[in-house]
Amino acid sequence: MGKKSNNIFKKIANKAYEFGFITNIKTDIIESGLNEEVIRLISKKKNEPEWLLEFRLQAYRYWLTQKMPTWPHLNIPPIDYQAISYYADPLKKKEKKNNEIDPELMKTFEKLGIPLEERLALSGTAVDAVMDSVSVKTTFKEELKEKGIIFCSMSEAVQEYPDLVRKYLGSVVNYRDNFFAALNSAVFSDGSFVYIPKGVRCPMELSTYFRINAANTGQFERTLIVADDNSYVSYLEGCTAPMRDENQLHAAIVEIIVCDNAEVKYSTVQNWYPGDAEGKGGVYNFVTKRGDCRGRNSKLSWTQVETGSAITWKYPSCVLRGDNSQGEFYSVALTNNYQQADTGTKMIHLGKNCSSTIISKGISAGHSQNSYRGLVRVSKNADGARNYSQCDSLLLGSKCGAHTFPYMDIHNNSAVIEHEATTSKISEEQLFYCNQRGIGTEEAIGLIVNGYAKEVLNKLPMEFAIEAQKLLSVSLEGAVG
Amino acid sequence: MENLLEIKNLHATIDGKEILKGINLTVKAGEVHAIMGPNGSGKSTLSNVLVGHPAYTVTEGEVIYKGKDLLALSPEDRSHEGLFLSFQYPVEIAGVSITNFMRAAVNAQRAYLGLEPMNATDFLKLMREKRALVNLDSKLANRSVNEGFSGGEKKRNEIFQMAMLEPTLSILDETDSGLDIDALRIVAEGVNKLKREDASTLVITHYQRLLDYIKPDIVHVLYNGRIVKTAGPELALELEERGYDWIKKDN
Amino acid sequence: MSNEQEYINLFCTNRELIEKPCAAMLNEERGKAFERFEERGFPGIKEENWLHTNVAAQFATDYGMNLGRVTTEAGTRDIFTCDVPNLGTHKAYIVNDSFQAAANNSSLPTGVLFGSLNAIASEQPELLTPYYNKLAANGDSIAQFNTLFVQDGIVLYIPRNIEINETIQIVSLLQSKVEMMSNRRLLVILEEGAKASLLMCDHSSAAHKSLSTQVTEVFVGAGASLDIYELEETSESNCRLTHLFVQQQADSRFNHCNITLTNGFTRNYVNVQLAGKGGDTNITGLAIGDRKQHIDNRTLVEHKTSHCTSNELYKYILDEESVGIFAGKMLIQPCAQQTISQQTNRNLCLTKCAHMYAQPQLEIYADDVKCSHGSTVGQLDENALFYMQQRGIPKEEARHLLMYAFAGEVFENIKIEALRDRLHLLVEKRFRGELNRCKGCSLCK
Repeated sequence: MGKKSNNIFKKIANKAYEFGFITNIKTDIIESGLNEEVIRLISKKKNEPEWLLEFRLQAYRYWLTQKMPTWPHLNIPPIDYQAISYYADPLKKKEKKNNEIDPELMKTFEKLGIPLEERLALSGTAVDAVMDSVSVKTTFKEELKEKGIIFCSMSEAVQEYPDLVRKYLGSVVNYRDNFFAALNSAVFSDGSFVYIPKGVRCPMELSTYFRINAANTGQFERTLIVADDNSYVSYLEGCTAPMRDENQLHAAIVEIIVCDNAEVKYSTVQNWYPGDAEGKGGVYNFVTKRGDCRGRNSKLSWTQVETGSAITWKYPSCVLRGDNSQGEFYSVALTNNYQQADTGTKMIHLGKNCSSTIISKGISAGHSQNSYRGLVRVSKNADGARNYSQCDSLLLGSKCGAHTFPYMDIHNNSAVIEHEATTSKISEEQLFYCNQRGIGTEEAIGLIVNGYAKEVLNKLPMEFAIEAQKLLSVSLEGAVG
Repeated sequence: MENLLEIKNLHATIDGKEILKGINLTVKAGEVHAIMGPNGSGKSTLSNVLVGHPAYTVTEGEVIYKGKDLLALSPEDRSHEGLFLSFQYPVEIAGVSITNFMRAAVNAQRAYLGLEPMNATDFLKLMREKRALVNLDSKLANRSVNEGFSGGEKKRNEIFQMAMLEPTLSILDETDSGLDIDALRIVAEGVNKLKREDASTLVITHYQRLLDYIKPDIVHVLYNGRIVKTAGPELALELEERGYDWIKKDN
Repeated sequence: MSNEQEYINLFCTNRELIEKPCAAMLNEERGKAFERFEERGFPGIKEENWLHTNVAAQFATDYGMNLGRVTTEAGTRDIFTCDVPNLGTHKAYIVNDSFQAAANNSSLPTGVLFGSLNAIASEQPELLTPYYNKLAANGDSIAQFNTLFVQDGIVLYIPRNIEINETIQIVSLLQSKVEMMSNRRLLVILEEGAKASLLMCDHSSAAHKSLSTQVTEVFVGAGASLDIYELEETSESNCRLTHLFVQQQADSRFNHCNITLTNGFTRNYVNVQLAGKGGDTNITGLAIGDRKQHIDNRTLVEHKTSHCTSNELYKYILDEESVGIFAGKMLIQPCAQQTISQQTNRNLCLTKCAHMYAQPQLEIYADDVKCSHGSTVGQLDENALFYMQQRGIPKEEARHLLMYAFAGEVFENIKIEALRDRLHLLVEKRFRGELNRCKGCSLCK
């Protein structure tokens, strides 16, 4: 049975990366290379206040002293940081009249299924779209403003709400946190800023779409979400990039602050270009995401569906500082061809009676390597900590790898910590059962994988869940050899 | 007859919530009392408070057992004094065999009474005798306490332990729940065989059916944390027929 | 001057003294180990494999090393009879780092070698060359350190199809009037179809600070079967750094049980390589810590071929300010299809100051496998404690019963009944605090 089914796998058509088109628009790119002058230039282009320039320079000087981390289970080719351009603005230098956007750009987002026009009203989602380094349009701003909600690009926030930005920027992810955090802090170009005032439930999903378009540019966006006391927001993030032979660098930071009784749901569907079937090209996705549950009874929930990128290095984390706070991490990470992923979470229990849940589903196919890496730390004073972790891996094919690296650091005896993991291959009995009922193998794999990932997909907002389901099936096509 | 147990104006809370709101109850030696009541009336709380479960706090009142202040005793000393609870949900204890468990229990009781520990031969003989009372399979005795037992096996194991420890006051907390009619009969017969002149039983139950096998002398109705009605065995039959609604209306 | 540099200098200055009494084989590997150690030095605590265990600091003490091979005081072995009741054994001692045969051993079957590593390496080098340092050469820098300074140890060689029913016991004793370091070495070779069980007891006196490195290389031939039981009963002032490298051939069976009953600072590394189809390995451990004890168990089970099974179970009971570290990795190579591998790690923390670090890891490159791991950290079940109290068992007694039940699962892997009974008793005593301030050997008490 084993050999035969492998042959069936091979027959599956190799469907190209759906979102691999290039938008033909003029872009204002600064020359590649990184030095203090470049950072001053970025800061000047964005008309930033002095303190922000200082913040960047400090981070840059620290970055110079740091080396790339070597502990992930990843094979990262050397990156020439001087060959990358650190700023690309698709809006060109022309005067921005009436927030006019290049029609080509509009088409790009149409192709991605993200109409920037406010006809998204039906689905009740407000969108901030980031292309290359710059936020191009934010929808529904006015409606949100009525409730006191701020949802805008980071550049805009720096100009209009400098006090808020200054108060929170870098307060969750310090520039010294890691190599890529330092790099991002030095050169970040744009991103989204969200502030939900006290007692406000954000009436719609907030969404940001990130796209890298220009060649040889890195994308270094920075997202900052502040949920004040008793507030709620659900935030969605989607990512795509065109097919290019060279690797593109994406090093983002997401910081979330959750105050008393507030709740933030952060969902990601990451579909950066993964490289071709031979492993050429693709995005390097080195992201630092962290939420600080500062308030009592605060709650932060990360949900991610990771199907793209050549290399993923990402650990959305929760610092459970407030008493009774809750952290959740639901993840599906799918790797195919020569993709590599080292992803997971950190749950840092600091307050009393905090609980955290980790559900991770890894799917490896082709020649890919897929690792779960997660830390559960219970500090000395974190009485009554509870954690449940479940990390399953599914292997499709004999040339891929699935790895599980959990770390449990327990410094308090009232903690109850449970970790379980299993690794297995896709069941031939299930495939055969589907076949017998007339379902083709390709479709059957899609069905089974979606069933396997269901626990996580169910956590996504409806529309995102459907998109993620399709993405899983598409990403697996041509999967197994 | 002498009073074995006297509960006076007992109030108790769990997580700050008051469940028992002034219970008064007297049990004389040799009597069988049934405590009935709808779900959530405080029946299990009463049994847990009597045996000293740490989750419950007594806020008012007193309990005199064998002339002693029961509430001042540790849970194990209450057991040594002859108080036994057949748990509604007996806990599973992985890795501890019933034999080792019972040996520890029997010898702790003997030490309290100033007796020498029982030697291995006598102990195994005692185990065999008592097992026969409740038809407890000898294979179960080598397994871990309650681990992987069926509902009926767990309850039989409770009655077996009751036989081993020979209590003066046994509390049977919903012993009939989850049992089919055959299992119920075996358990009830076990209880009846253990009946002694000087020992009393508190049967806590929602339904009448257990009382067909274990005949109560006195029946109490517990509702909303208080005993609202006390009568002879006929009360149980009346409740079976009319349900609890008429009690609720009156109170 | 850094720690490692002091030892490098020590070696360079005394190389002649170290090598003079030793077999050529030992010295040849010593040369290679020197290069590796010089290059790497002691591991730092930021290295992934040494998180939470600062081993370099343990070498900072100015230990004495018996490089001149001064004979140890006679009579030591008479003090430590180390008998398990109802268990007859073939016995040998390693006193500090020198081999000493035990008196009154009955004879072993013809062809079996059980004696001094240095002596056998001198007399029959052709027998040991294919094995000595073949696995440990790939080890970390502490394993290199051992090869660098080792002068003696024990060889157990069992020829084809010979089964030894009597348990073979190796008692290691550290006893000295000054701070003392000893580097000992064991080489265990089971040819095809051979069978043996080995009990290794590690003792130290509490009087002075001591450090021992121990490298054990084990070769289990096709269809052979080996059980190794290791029991550590050292003192607070002892540092024990062990490496156990095992290579298994087709259809062989290996069972390892490692018990840390009392100790100071311990790091045990176990590496099992399943190199032949149908191999079966079972590695278990129990660590009981209190005071400021430090117990670090790191395991790597490598499935290098198909149709092998591995089972792993490690349990920790941590009291007071003790620190437990468990990092176990199952590595399934691409060709290791049809692997069945299971890893379990359970930990009890009894106080607020006890720390547990757990890293159960799966690294899998083959798809037709059944692999799982589970790890928990928790406390004794409050409901079970209350249930027992209701039955009249005092709380402290109930706690002991539950702790004992928790530990008991590990003993199921001990095939020798007399040893199992003895360990049951020792663990029970340990919980009651009766072994807490134990000196020396309690197996025989």
